[in-house]
Amino acid sequence: MLDLGLFYFFGALAVVGAVLTVLARNVVHSAVYLITSLLATAGIFLLLKAQFLFAVQIILYVGGIMVLFIFVIMLVNLEVALHQLRFNRQKWVAGLLVLALAVQLGIAISGGSDTFGLGMNSSGRLSPENTEQVGQRLFGQYMVPFEVASILLLVAMIGAVVMGKKRI
Amino acid sequence: MIPTSHYLFLSLALFTIGVIGVVTRRNVIIILMSIELILNAVNINLVAFAHHWGNVDGQVFAIFVITDAAAEAAVGLGIIIAFFRNRETLLADEMDLLKW
Repeated sequence: MLDLGLFYFFGALAVVGAVLTVLARNVVHSAVYLITSLLATAGIFLLLKAQFLFAVQIILYVGGIMVLFIFVIMLVNLEVALHQLRFNRQKWVAGLLVLALAVQLGIAISGGSDTFGLGMNSSGRLSPENTEQVGQRLFGQYMVPFEVASILLLVAMIGAVVMGKKRI
Repeated sequence: MIPTSHYLFLSLALFTIGVIGVVTRRNVIIILMSIELILNAVNINLVAFAHHWGNVDGQVFAIFVITDAAAEAAVGLGIIIAFFRNRETLLADEMDLLKW
């Protein structure tokens, strides 16, 4: 009962934050609404017994990526952006097509929802020591993607520094 | 006990809102933020299935998605800064140098 209420609270907060992100006129407001949505998603992770991801989401996504966004928003002069049109010319057709896609995916999910009863009690296999389990998987079975991800981060760092220079 | 389909519908809602943001808004920074929304929705999906099957692999995949999102946000924002320095515009409609 309590977890259903928490799910609806965090879910509503995430969806409202996302809608306001897409609709806001001021870009800084948009960033703050996205931060709200990401924090609500961290709460959803906690409901799903993913304690390590809850901490990683807050530290990395909110504390890293969104701070980077806000720095760039402040670097770029956005006074003039407040008086421009928010949406482009294809907004109605594009929105309609995306809603059609969403209805199709919704039909697919609800069509398969009978099979969701099959594994419902398997969450007992997730131990309370979530961090140890994730660490064992990450450094055991998924060691190669881990190293590749570190190379990806190095390349991204070099790319971002080169992009930011005035003369290459 | 919350059924897994609830989490999947939440993920679908966030994904739809993110895609609407990408195809509809003119400001490129908001387009990048909508891409982050899409990646977030995918993360909820992965972790919901990890919870459903009792397998931590979904959470490991979600960690890699977050890492990827960080790298892509950094490079994308670098590109935006470089473009703004040259063209003084942030609207996707006005970035038409390659148009015929």
